[in-house]
Amino acid sequence: MQFEGQNALITGASRGIGREIAIHLAKNGANVAINYAGSEERALETAKECESYGVKAITVQANVADGKDVQDMVKVVLAEFGSLEILVNNAGITKDGLVMRMKEEDFESVIDINLKGVFNCSKAVTRQMMKQRYGRIINISSVVGVLGNAGQANYVASKAGVLGLTKSLARELANRNIHVNAVAPGFIETDMTDALSDEVKEAMLGQIPLGKLGSASDVAQVVTFLAGEGAGYMTGQTLHVDGGMVM
Amino acid sequence: MAATLDRIAKIVSERLGVDEAEVKPEATFKEDLGADSLDVVELVMELEDEFDLEISDEDAEKIATVGDVITYIDNQK
Repeated sequence: MQFEGQNALITGASRGIGREIAIHLAKNGANVAINYAGSEERALETAKECESYGVKAITVQANVADGKDVQDMVKVVLAEFGSLEILVNNAGITKDGLVMRMKEEDFESVIDINLKGVFNCSKAVTRQMMKQRYGRIINISSVVGVLGNAGQANYVASKAGVLGLTKSLARELANRNIHVNAVAPGFIETDMTDALSDEVKEAMLGQIPLGKLGSASDVAQVVTFLAGEGAGYMTGQTLHVDGGMVM
Repeated sequence: MAATLDRIAKIVSERLGVDEAEVKPEATFKEDLGADSLDVVELVMELEDEFDLEISDEDAEKIATVGDVITYIDNQK
C-alpha cells in the first residue's frame, strides 16, 4: 500500500471530486480526515466507504474561509492521527453571474472559500509538515482558472489565484521537502456541473478534444499520483485533467 | 540568563548544525549562524515549545541575534 501509515486531510470531501479523492487515498492505504462545511450526513457516508478499505476515517466540520475554524480542524486531525502527510485543498463553491450583475458579496464569498481557504488550510498544516520534513499539498484549481470563462469572474479569479499560491508555497517550502502542486480539472460530472443547462453542456462538449466529460475518479487518480512517490521530483506544477482543453 | 543561553544554544546548534560554542549572545542568526528565513521561523516555533510561551509574529520579526531571544524570554518570565 503506497500510503500505509500516512494521513490525509481532504477539504470539501463530503461529495463530488473531494469525496472521490478521499476514497482513492483510502484505497491506497491512507487514513483520511474528511472535511465538510454543511453536509454531515454525506461526509459520514464518505467516511464509511473509506473505512471499508481498512483505514481510519474521521469527519471534521470547518468553514475553510475561517482561519480559526481551520486551525481547530487541524488540531483535531493531528490529535487523532498524530501526523499529517497529505493535504488536498478541494473545497470550493460557485456563484456565477456576469460581472455587471455580480454582487460584491458573491465575489467575496467565492474568493474567501476557494482562494483564502487554500491559504488558511496550507498555513495551518505547514508547522506540522515542516517539523516532519515531509508533506504533500495538492490544490484543486480549474481549467477556467487558466482559460477564463464568461459568467464566472469570481470563480475564475479564485482558481487562477490558487495557481499563483501553489507556486509561491512550492518555492517557500521546497527545501523542507514539502511539495505543493495543483490539479486543474476540466468539465467533470459532479453536482456542480449537473446544475448547468443542457445547452451549456453541449457547448462545453464542443470544446473538449476528447469529446466527453471527465469523472471525479479521473481527477482523483491524478491527485493520488501527486500525493505519492511517483511525483517525488515535482513541485509547483499544475496538471491539467481536462480532456485536452488546455494544451 | 546563562541557563537560558544554554537551552537556546542546544536548540540552535541542533537545528542549524553549528557548534554550541558559536551560539553567543552577539551572534546573528542569519549572518553568523547561517540561518535562512524559514530556519528562523522554525527556531521560533521550537523555542515556543521549549520555553512554553508564544512569540507573536511582530516580536519574532525583531529577533536578529541570540541575545535578542535571551532578552525576550527572560522578559516573559
